[in-house]
Amino acid sequence: MKARALLSRVGSPETLRGILIQLIAILMAFAVGAVVLLVTGYNPIDAYAAMLRGAFGDVFRVGQTLTQATPIIFTALAFLFSFKSGLFNIGAEGQFLAGAFASALVGISFQNLPAPLHVLLALVAGAVAGGLWGLIPAVLKTRFGAHEVITTMMLSYVALYLTSYMVNYPFKAPGWVSQTVMIAESARLPRLLQGAQLSASIFIALALVALTRFILNRTILGYEIRATGLNPSAAENAGIDVKRGMILALVVSGAIAGLGGSGEIMGVHRRFIDGFSPGYGWDGLAVALVGGLSPVGALLAAILFGALRSGGMIMTRATGVPLDIVFLLQALVILFVAAPALIRAILKKGGLRW
Amino acid sequence: MVGLVDVISLGLFAAALRMATPIVYAALGGIFSERVGIINIGLEGTMLTSAFAGVTASYYTGNPWLGVVVAVLVGGLIGLLHAVLTVKFVGNQIVSGTGINIFAMGFTAYMSQIIWGSRGASEGVRGLGTWTLPVIADLPVVGPIIGSHSPLVYLMLVVTVLSYVVLFRTPLGLRIRAVGEHPTAAETAGIDVLRVKYLCVILSGMLAGLGGAFLSLGHLNLFTRGMTGGRGFISMAAMIFGKWMPFGAFGASLLFGLADALQMRLQSLGLLPPQIILTIPYLLTVAVLAGVVGKARPPSDYKPYKRE
Repeated sequence: MKARALLSRVGSPETLRGILIQLIAILMAFAVGAVVLLVTGYNPIDAYAAMLRGAFGDVFRVGQTLTQATPIIFTALAFLFSFKSGLFNIGAEGQFLAGAFASALVGISFQNLPAPLHVLLALVAGAVAGGLWGLIPAVLKTRFGAHEVITTMMLSYVALYLTSYMVNYPFKAPGWVSQTVMIAESARLPRLLQGAQLSASIFIALALVALTRFILNRTILGYEIRATGLNPSAAENAGIDVKRGMILALVVSGAIAGLGGSGEIMGVHRRFIDGFSPGYGWDGLAVALVGGLSPVGALLAAILFGALRSGGMIMTRATGVPLDIVFLLQALVILFVAAPALIRAILKKGGLRW
Repeated sequence: MVGLVDVISLGLFAAALRMATPIVYAALGGIFSERVGIINIGLEGTMLTSAFAGVTASYYTGNPWLGVVVAVLVGGLIGLLHAVLTVKFVGNQIVSGTGINIFAMGFTAYMSQIIWGSRGASEGVRGLGTWTLPVIADLPVVGPIIGSHSPLVYLMLVVTVLSYVVLFRTPLGLRIRAVGEHPTAAETAGIDVLRVKYLCVILSGMLAGLGGAFLSLGHLNLFTRGMTGGRGFISMAAMIFGKWMPFGAFGASLLFGLADALQMRLQSLGLLPPQIILTIPYLLTVAVLAGVVGKARPPSDYKPYKRE
């Protein structure tokens, strides 16, 4: 009874059931992954153990895990924020790149600014650029009814190619690599660990987790956004300006993703390198869902994905298992999470009632 | 301007047709899926997995045509997965599609390391080669453009016409469109809505599978990591630009194929940055969705269908 009382303080039975389903989805993904490893001639226990050590073995490894998790915390929050208003922003990748490039531009354009000001300016530029890249599909949606799933996706590619153009032509650094020159020292976010890439960007990410949670649950804006997402016509009847809410949600969503891009440039790469994002935008979508569409859940899921990556590298070195098993595992988690009804059906088959 | 004259040649149009081929296949797949109200953003991953499966089958059997069959079957299987998740278990279509895309990236790269020990590319395999059409190949203008291609290019032309005929000239097509436009009415009229949805989403995967087979067996004769390079997404753009009609999607794909072929040539000449040309399909699609160039309305509202 005591355990139940304790659990009920964590969340309603509905929330708890949701969390349980996510956890089962993750376990099932690892189970299927184990089968793949076995069939292809590897020992799954060795592989997973190496992965765990690689992800959390010592302070440095934890740092690597958090480094990998940082950009996807941003993109997950971005996805989640728009999702709450009923919009599917699958273009976080584009907003992320727009923000990254804007920050890089501010970073290379000034040389004699005081550091705090330069950092702030670069961050604001990133948020604004990301927000603007989110504003376009928002306007297309509210004025012309263009489906945001498609427009955000298409605009992602536009951002990808435009930034690629920028670093291949007007802003290309001397040399054969498609990248900008290094940003000024004054625009760099400090690194937190000796020899590791973990930067202060993680603090911005954590602050945004708290802020998103606060805005969505505790403010009128958040209430309006959630009401719009649950039932737009009812929200409209209740006097909520649905269109304004949608625009705001997409702009804020884009700004969050943009800040994620800023963090990568200012903290990790210190310059814009063509193709530096391996698809953080798409990861964000997955992470937000695996995290059950709550900001704290997204944080935890981002750490899981980060752990898979940093642990995956060590696993590859130790056991020779191809690193791509990591992406396979991520995909399996997503596919299992995609249909909670599937997990419920499997549990039912197994004779579990709940 | 000598360079520009060199660029615009008959060979350019032949290349455009080649570039358009995988996009047409996947776009047709997208049409069948969206006509029954299921968004399939997993086309990209389906193509990639099929491209891999086709090469693998050709590698082990030495028969590229068997590779094509395997690619189509694997595409169908992925379509089935998408259908099970989204139709049966009413899962989110975008999420399922994203999962399929990431799965494809991971699975194909993982398996090509297992099979060929290389993350980047497979060994070369026997491809389909090219067919040269008698008579047509010798015609002026037309000959150099359509006279000599991979058999899958010609099959694409056939499949485009077939898709149109099936969708708009057969009872099955009527059912498909009814299921997308008004599932409840369709069910009342005695149509098994869920079955039609399954059928179309599986077909969607099979068509994308053909696109993948073209890339790996009709074009390069090997598999390379991420070789679809966003063509699945371009095909969604072509589908929308073509207003969910087979011939429309075909035309749009040709246009995008031309942009792609042009981009490669201009790149080698250094005339115009390729990145700028590469944005064209996406910008056009956004413009169409916004009603700047014509008007595009999806054939269905994508709501999951639940039997009463």
